Amino acid sequence: MSHLSADIRQRAQELVALYPEPRSALIPLCHLAQEQDGWLHPEAMADIAELCGVTAAEVRGTASFYDMLHIEPVGTYVLSVCTNIACLLGGALELLEHAESVLGLRAGGTTPDGVFTLHEAECLADCDRTPCVQVNHRYVGAQTPETFDALLGDLRSGALSETVPAHGTLVRVRRSVGLQADRSAIVAERAQMAEAQAARAAAGASGGANA
Amino acid sequence: MAITDAPKILTSRLGFEDSHTLERYLATGGYEGLRKALNMTPEAVAAEVDAASLLGRGGAGFPAGRKWSMLRQNPVTYLVVNGDESEPATFKDHMLIERDPHQILEGVLISAYALQVSQAFVYLRGEFALGLERLQVALNEAYAHGAVGADIFGSGFSIDVVVHPGAGAYICGEETALLESLEGKRGFPRIKPPYFPAAIGLYGEPTVVNNVETMANIPWIVTNGGAAFAALGAGRSTGTRLFALAGHVRKPGNYELEMVKTTFRDLIYAPVLGGGIRGSNTLKAFIPGGVSAPWFGPDQVDLPLGQDEVGDAGSMLGSGSVVVMDSATCVVRAAWRITKFFSRESCGQCTPCREGSGWLERIMYRIENGAGREEDLDLLMDLCDNISPGVAWPPQQTTICVLGPSIPSSIASGIRMFRDEFLVHVKEGGCPFD
Repeated sequence: MSHLSADIRQRAQELVALYPEPRSALIPLCHLAQEQDGWLHPEAMADIAELCGVTAAEVRGTASFYDMLHIEPVGTYVLSVCTNIACLLGGALELLEHAESVLGLRAGGTTPDGVFTLHEAECLADCDRTPCVQVNHRYVGAQTPETFDALLGDLRSGALSETVPAHGTLVRVRRSVGLQADRSAIVAERAQMAEAQAARAAAGASGGANA
Repeated sequence: MAITDAPKILTSRLGFEDSHTLERYLATGGYEGLRKALNMTPEAVAAEVDAASLLGRGGAGFPAGRKWSMLRQNPVTYLVVNGDESEPATFKDHMLIERDPHQILEGVLISAYALQVSQAFVYLRGEFALGLERLQVALNEAYAHGAVGADIFGSGFSIDVVVHPGAGAYICGEETALLESLEGKRGFPRIKPPYFPAAIGLYGEPTVVNNVETMANIPWIVTNGGAAFAALGAGRSTGTRLFALAGHVRKPGNYELEMVKTTFRDLIYAPVLGGGIRGSNTLKAFIPGGVSAPWFGPDQVDLPLGQDEVGDAGSMLGSGSVVVMDSATCVVRAAWRITKFFSRESCGQCTPCREGSGWLERIMYRIENGAGREEDLDLLMDLCDNISPGVAWPPQQTTICVLGPSIPSSIASGIRMFRDEFLVHVKEGGCPFD
């Protein structure tokens, strides 16, 4: 039984086909699973493992390394407040303190209604508009405590739903075509390498048995 | 000659609201460089890039042409473009990706032709949601236009490009970590040697990895010739470069400037550029090339914006990001935050970096928050020395990648330039800027 919906699974298979090795699609597939659930459900990780030809533990091991992949539920809106050097110089610590106080939580926490998660972010590469805030990885421009309060209101009212989709939806544009170039050379070389690797593994295994 | 007279190689379209569209791109000479390249031999295209002496724009500043020539001796399998821009206070690639994605794609396609690869990956930082969408739209348009795919522009050359999202990890900007990430793994930098993915890259195959800004220069170089590019700048630093100016200046932003011919003073103070320090404050210190770089003081503002010029002065131009700190800045807090960044982003493979960054962060935190001791200054330097013996520049390395030896830069700069300010924190039991 697949946890991923038929549509997501179809898109996942299209992504897998873009890479010389299915495993390369692991991170893009994690983003897709988050598009479905808002976070990385354990059963979604099992599906990704199957699609990428790895174990569920490998999916979890990879996902847990990356800030944007959440192996526990997060809010509909993840508010990333950067406090790195350029934003620090622009008053980011004060903004973060304000955000914690109006949301009633510490950075890393989620509001009880599941709407907001506050994340103290590292540099988001928008350093001429400080302090920089992203909502679900979309820039909302430099924020003051006042504009931040208004931002929360707009998110709650749905006024920003056009520009800021619910957490998990990263890229709303789909690739229009599959691979077009002749990949037979790459495929043949990959097969040759896999064969050589298998031969080495077999030789290693028999060597071990002899010892 | 005025500082803004140099040609706009990277930012020529940014005055247009629709600079990211194919329509605008084609109306402003877009894909002409690719058409020209496809009528040349791959070797001739590579020779133009060699002649341009283009230094890679990612941070390490390795000559792009030489990277390519290492590969041309072997059949190249993959071209990977590094768009994982995460060096704090660097935001040039972000702008190029969102505002002129076709320019990057054209650079990728020309490079792929020169290297004769049939598959290219553009690895973009996951946090660039809009950039990922803009680049995917541009790629879809380029496929429909016949610039990507099978038999592009009827040339017989075929190439596929895949836009690949990262998922939030600074270390994936390190090229071997990026390749691991592109293989669906944790972003762990690979052990060197081999020093270059040209030898063992993606899936163990020969791979070239170039930065987004490096790619964005390629169409202009092919259209105008490598010699025209090399005529700009001086010494090894040719062409123009995007400088990301941030911090306490009146007009932070990305500025495309001719290398070496412009100084940090121009960048920070010229009315058409940074416009000077905010308010009535004065310059206290600046970081010349991303937070991995040692800091400079006001007496170094007349240094030219050149790779070797900054290197000889004991720091680096790095990612092209310049952070300005004014007289009201607490350098302990600034250095603490940078250290916290490294501590959070250390991948954890090497003990000096993993443990050292955390210890340094905690000591910096206690000094900033009034619990520091005078001997902490020596302790900090001793720890820095464990990560990067000698705490010198260029740094010695005890770790797999250069994240480790980047950690001491801000702390060592802070202590060497502002020792008294650290001591005031200790003696007064808190931050004097609070």
